[in-house]
Amino acid sequence: MSEQNLFKVTIDNITIEVPAGTTVLQAARLIGGQVAPPAMCFYSKLQGSGGKCRTCLVEVSKGSEKDPRPMPKLVASCRTTVMDGMEVKNITSEKVIEARAGVVEFLLLNHPLDCPICDQAGECHLQDLSFDHGKAETRYEFQRRTFKKHDLGKNIQLHMTRCILCYRCVFTADQLTNKRVHGILDRGDHAEIATHIEKSLDNEFIGNVIDVCPVGALTDKTFRFKNRVWFLKPMDAHRDCPTCSGRVTLWNRGDEVYRVTARKDQWGEIEDTPEGKPGWICNTCRFDKKETADWIIEGPREISRQSVIAQGHYAGNIGTTKPTETFLAVNDGRAPHLLMDIHDESEVNQPNIHLGKIQGPSHGETFNTNNTHKA
Amino acid sequence: MGVKLLLDKANVPGIRSYEVYRREGGYRSVEKALKEMNPESIVEEVKKSGLRGRGGAGFPTGMKWSFIAKPEGVPRHLVCNADESEPGTFKDRYLMEFIPHLLLEGLIVSSFALGSNDTYIYIRGEYAWITDILEDAIKEANANGWLGKNILGTGFDCNIYVQRGAGAYICGEETALIESLEGKRGNPRIKPPFPAIQGLWQRPTVVNNVETLAAIVPIINLGGDEYAKIGVGRSTGTKLISACGNINKPGVYEIDMTISVEEFIYSDEYCGGIKGGKQLKACIPGGSSVPILPANLLLKTAKGETRYMNYESLSDGGFATGSMLGSGGFIVLDEDQCIVKNTLTLARFYRHESCGQCSPCREGTGWMEKILYKIEHGQGTIADIDLLWDIQRKIEGNTICPLGDAAAWPVAAAIRHFRDEFEWHINNPVLSQTSNFGLQHYADPIHVPA
Amino acid sequence: MTYTFNEIQMAEFNRLVARYPEGKQKSALLPALHLAQESFDGWLPTELMDYIASLLKIEPIEVYEVASFYSMYNLKPVGKFIFEVCQTGPCMISGSDDIIGYIQQKLDIKPGETTKDGVFTLKLVECLGACGYAPMMQVGKIYKEHLTKEKVDGIIAEYRATVTK
Repeated sequence: MSEQNLFKVTIDNITIEVPAGTTVLQAARLIGGQVAPPAMCFYSKLQGSGGKCRTCLVEVSKGSEKDPRPMPKLVASCRTTVMDGMEVKNITSEKVIEARAGVVEFLLLNHPLDCPICDQAGECHLQDLSFDHGKAETRYEFQRRTFKKHDLGKNIQLHMTRCILCYRCVFTADQLTNKRVHGILDRGDHAEIATHIEKSLDNEFIGNVIDVCPVGALTDKTFRFKNRVWFLKPMDAHRDCPTCSGRVTLWNRGDEVYRVTARKDQWGEIEDTPEGKPGWICNTCRFDKKETADWIIEGPREISRQSVIAQGHYAGNIGTTKPTETFLAVNDGRAPHLLMDIHDESEVNQPNIHLGKIQGPSHGETFNTNNTHKA
Repeated sequence: MGVKLLLDKANVPGIRSYEVYRREGGYRSVEKALKEMNPESIVEEVKKSGLRGRGGAGFPTGMKWSFIAKPEGVPRHLVCNADESEPGTFKDRYLMEFIPHLLLEGLIVSSFALGSNDTYIYIRGEYAWITDILEDAIKEANANGWLGKNILGTGFDCNIYVQRGAGAYICGEETALIESLEGKRGNPRIKPPFPAIQGLWQRPTVVNNVETLAAIVPIINLGGDEYAKIGVGRSTGTKLISACGNINKPGVYEIDMTISVEEFIYSDEYCGGIKGGKQLKACIPGGSSVPILPANLLLKTAKGETRYMNYESLSDGGFATGSMLGSGGFIVLDEDQCIVKNTLTLARFYRHESCGQCSPCREGTGWMEKILYKIEHGQGTIADIDLLWDIQRKIEGNTICPLGDAAAWPVAAAIRHFRDEFEWHINNPVLSQTSNFGLQHYADPIHVPA
Repeated sequence: MTYTFNEIQMAEFNRLVARYPEGKQKSALLPALHLAQESFDGWLPTELMDYIASLLKIEPIEVYEVASFYSMYNLKPVGKFIFEVCQTGPCMISGSDDIIGYIQQKLDIKPGETTKDGVFTLKLVECLGACGYAPMMQVGKIYKEHLTKEKVDGIIAEYRATVTK
């Protein structure tokens, strides 16, 4: 890549150089952390995806060095390519924060919030999105949308009420299989994923729609109600598969394989194989190889410390390292959002107080009397 | 009588047929353009004319044409947007139904200017009989050498095809129209790339409204400079206005954009006043998606100046006190109309027509409709008004295509100007089911008897 | 049930496809579906959509997606004549509610339903671009405008007469 083809783009005051043609979202992902806008429909491995969910909207405060005018509206960062000298505001823009909260509310409007019985819970992008950008309550007081149930066959479970119409599964079927049998039917608020003819999806690569689905609309029927993902231990494994790369993550409890997925990167997308191709996996690997003996185990899968799946796993030094970075380093120099400084709340929280030294059982009174913070 | 450039011959008996149309001077602009001009000089004339897109957005046509990419060996296309679906708008229908050859004439000249050998008219599916009229006209034009191969011996080939849509307002958005023309769902594309670079079948494409393309004919005949002399400021030429609602003479009128709104509503030459001698309450001056204005702000601007039927004057005051000329769908509401109900039917329309691709529009339009339904049926609360305001604000500007804005603006404007009527509805849940709020302070300031 | 276009219908189909460049025959999908709907029973059963898919050499799902998007395609059986009454703003302020109520009463059906004899279907639709001639409805290709109760009576009688003959 020659010098001329590198564009300088500043996102939330952090400047980075990226090749021409890079989207704002991809550039922001290179910076990482909170600077990367959330993406519910964009999927870098699926051509044509993105632009629909509107969660990745950002403000372009300076168009480019040549034409510094700001863009009049917020733009979808996943479908906007950087210009040289462009300045973008993501979490530093009030407008973006507000619009994004609005989009989250819209996405949750008709969502059933059946997380307690949803197999996607714990790895659901909509859960993460609502946690990061949503509000605690809905202002929607009407009956939520329902759909006629459709059966997609023995491997894939469809819950249309959870769908956010990201179109990822449609692109997957178009680009990975030779014959698409499902699609988006109807329009507007009644658009739905269906086959129209109640046909099962049985192409050998169609199982990947489960991995690309950001919510619990398409889940693995062979794993349905079997376990919660955070009780399972993800292990990287491979097998010599004649159809696909055979590189997977096994989700185990003890020696039992509960489910098989492709390996996903920190953005929840399929990881590339060492050959640089997207590591889609075939249905045989995903649905039929549920014995440990089918696989060569490589070791525990590294899971983001922020994920609920990481809770309680690998507490020692198996695979993951204990963080040594300070918060500021992790967060690229930005201080965390401080909800409450516990040190201000009560003296018992002072690091110099040894809890064991407090006489008798501690109860509410102990905290209140020691509380110098309140009047 | 104002100047008429498009409909001047509309009343000539038999003008729908080629012979009469030609006898009345039709197809002169094709002769002039193909023989005496070249594509660049035509674009130049259109630029000089100041013609702005007549579909609603008002984008300068000449500038739009100059954006079209001209990669070597790639065909370019002109597409005529005849998917007229904006509530209140029926001007293109009139033009195509009565003088179809005017559109074809404009299309041939424009196709020549843009280098389009295969030009498509995308017409809304419901206009089935107009499709037949256009196809007959195309046959006549073909038979008389205005279409087909080597037109007028100039070496220019051009075919025009009519494609019917099938019931989707969203296909009036140019990229949704292109998708539909490709045989797909009418989902608007994410821009960029714009159609001028990658449009129909990924080829450079220009999409223009019927009236815009018809206006090319007088521009070529008169010359861009002469055309620009008609009208005022940046509102050049003539505009078709389709007037409807509670007026004495609904219909399509060609105006030269120098007449006042008051004259347009009350003079016998145009709408002929409010039906049944009632009073004017409000008006949506440019198709259902533009802000509704109460009578006092419609006839005069906030500064107290006379409001005129043109782009600048109708939008004077921005959205706070103004509106837009839009597509020219002029909907008049008399004193007996309920703003809440009117807003509800428009919200229902936009919910029904949302393609469902992007979340703010898919979810927000339905939400607004439900709340408005609640208010209209006496079950609303005052907090609902603020909620509606907040929802429309979160839709506007955050969607893939302008349908989100189009759905948000009518709700915003209704609350902005008629909040007291919404509150009255909520505070009088029983009474509001049987009677109307009436005129109140926004009454017609001129025609209210002293 | 299998569907096949007759010679005239096939000629029309070929005329539609010929409008588009080589390899872009999918563009003819919308007009082809109109043709199919008009040629058979006024609606699009799955087998008919599959037939169109095979003619255009596209996947059936591409046809289902399109057919379910546009409001003019009927995916369920309909009556011989469909009264598509406009209910949007301009028609509403000109009294479309009364007309809709009257048709319901007269035909004893609700919107979306078909009369028992299978002659009439009532459908409420959004703006048809006849706002100046409101209230109005579309029956087949024809716009019936400036509706009054008397006019509705006449229209019902007119269409009923064509089937009882």
